[in-house]
Amino acid sequence: MRHLPVAGKAITLLFTAALLVACSGSDTKDAEAEAAAAAAAAKAAEEAAAAEATARQQQLDSAAAALGNVFYFDYDSSALRADSIDALNAHIAALQGNERTVRLEGHTDERGTRDYNMALGERRANSVRDYMVANGIASYRIESISYGEERPIAYGSGESNWAQNRRVELK
Amino acid sequence: MKWLTASVLWTLFALTTMGVRADLTIEITQGVDNPTSIAVVPFAWQGAGTAPEDIAGVVDGDLARSGQFSPVGRSDMLGLPSSEPEIFYRDWRAIETEYLLIGRVSVAGQMRIEYELFDVLRQKKVHNGVETGPVNEARMLAHRVADAVYEKLTGIRGAFATRLLYVSVSRVPGGKDYARLTLADSDGARPIVLLESREPVLAPSWSPDGTQIAYVSFETGRPAIYRQHLATGQREQLTNFKGLNGSPAWSPDGNSMAMVLSKDGNPDIYLMNLSNKRLTRITRHYAIDTEPTWMPDGNSLLFTSDRGGRPQIYRYDLRNGNTERVTFEGVYNARARVAQDGRNVVLVHQQDGAFHIALLDLVTNRLQVLTSTELDESPSIAPNGSMVLYATKYADRGILAAVSVDGGVKFRLPAREGDVREPAWSPHMSR
Repeated sequence: MRHLPVAGKAITLLFTAALLVACSGSDTKDAEAEAAAAAAAAKAAEEAAAAEATARQQQLDSAAAALGNVFYFDYDSSALRADSIDALNAHIAALQGNERTVRLEGHTDERGTRDYNMALGERRANSVRDYMVANGIASYRIESISYGEERPIAYGSGESNWAQNRRVELK
Repeated sequence: MKWLTASVLWTLFALTTMGVRADLTIEITQGVDNPTSIAVVPFAWQGAGTAPEDIAGVVDGDLARSGQFSPVGRSDMLGLPSSEPEIFYRDWRAIETEYLLIGRVSVAGQMRIEYELFDVLRQKKVHNGVETGPVNEARMLAHRVADAVYEKLTGIRGAFATRLLYVSVSRVPGGKDYARLTLADSDGARPIVLLESREPVLAPSWSPDGTQIAYVSFETGRPAIYRQHLATGQREQLTNFKGLNGSPAWSPDGNSMAMVLSKDGNPDIYLMNLSNKRLTRITRHYAIDTEPTWMPDGNSLLFTSDRGGRPQIYRYDLRNGNTERVTFEGVYNARARVAQDGRNVVLVHQQDGAFHIALLDLVTNRLQVLTSTELDESPSIAPNGSMVLYATKYADRGILAAVSVDGGVKFRLPAREGDVREPAWSPHMSR
């Protein structure tokens, strides 16, 4: 919990401000000065909290980015693979506490007909979407779109190429 | 939605037709065992200068591509007659020619082609005809001559005076590919780019009268179905639903379009009334239902569904709402297209992990695999039911290829550049 020191400082500042307010006498000048100090302290606390939130979001974003935004699938399958879960959870964590939207682009390999693959790509994108929704991301924040086999990463044939193309990209 | 003026499109079209084009060439790989020998003598040009088009050359190419004819090479011809009195039958018998086609071409405002077909052995005229039309449609007139000769000698209506739609793609590794929707003659000549996009373009299909086309374009960042008039370029966006907008298929009467939408949760078949744009939902199943195609009588639709676990072809009867499974052979049968006879169905059939084009006879239920390459898809049947055009891979490139419905004739149409796919053979064109 590396964020605690910052939060701790903010809380200390808040307490100090509260004490100052509590100890003030009937002198209006003192009261005004104290109120100003309290406001400044509150503002500082707010800024510190915002800075902390930004830092935390950046950390979550870089953690998600490090794990990648591409989730791979088995042939003719739209079931999420176990090796996608950590990365997906990291992306979900980075989407908590904000209102950002994401686009899930589903893709297939070249085998099978194009229109069937269009449907399969959508199924894959929807598998990722359903997992995200089940883990607390509102569905209106997610757009699923299928490109079927129209946007390969690897142009060649054979499993090594096909495996790279059966994917959902989170953008 | 109102008709959109397509000035942008036509600007694009003008630019792209000057640039890179996926011109197709033709390589005949297999013909029938005893093709009919025919000499198509260069037609006499009855005008000033040189003829605007080698009419006989186009006819010769058409007949050769059918695989049923073996045209005589021009260098083997001992004479070049252009009228009946100039014919010396012994010259043609000497080189074992069975039929002889001669003709004359003139232009007086319109182009006029007169031609005569002779049976060499019986030494008699078996057919003659005249084709007239605009000079810039010379190739189409030549294809009509080929259609008439083909019909006279085989008893089957020719399908050379037809056109093809296909999608060609220029790869941009690591970037967005260029996709071009192209219109060409049935022999791949005269390609015209109708749409160019950095986003996918797919599923081109024809209206039953051949005057309009429909396709799916991702140009807005999402798939949408468009229809476009070929003569004017005028186009209209028909759908813009959340999810899939795919597989447009015009009904035989031209009044409605079958399509795939997933707006209600998962892919189902819908019918759109093209005059009021009202939708009727046809399938209602949690499985993938896609690739609708019409039976020629317009009473039922074939479609692909994986409701049984793997993709198979089903038939939906519009009269009673019944759905029945059509294919049972093999684990994968998809994307059917029906011949005008309502009997022959071409589809993609998986066998030992490879995807081939197969022909299913709806009367006998016999399924015959027509191709032996591994990644064959998108079969489109000629309007006369004789040949099937499809997409395959050759030397790691997407190309078009064709096979006759009996599997006896095969040819390839490799592009000089890019990957070519999704051929759609036009209906017979009205004059």
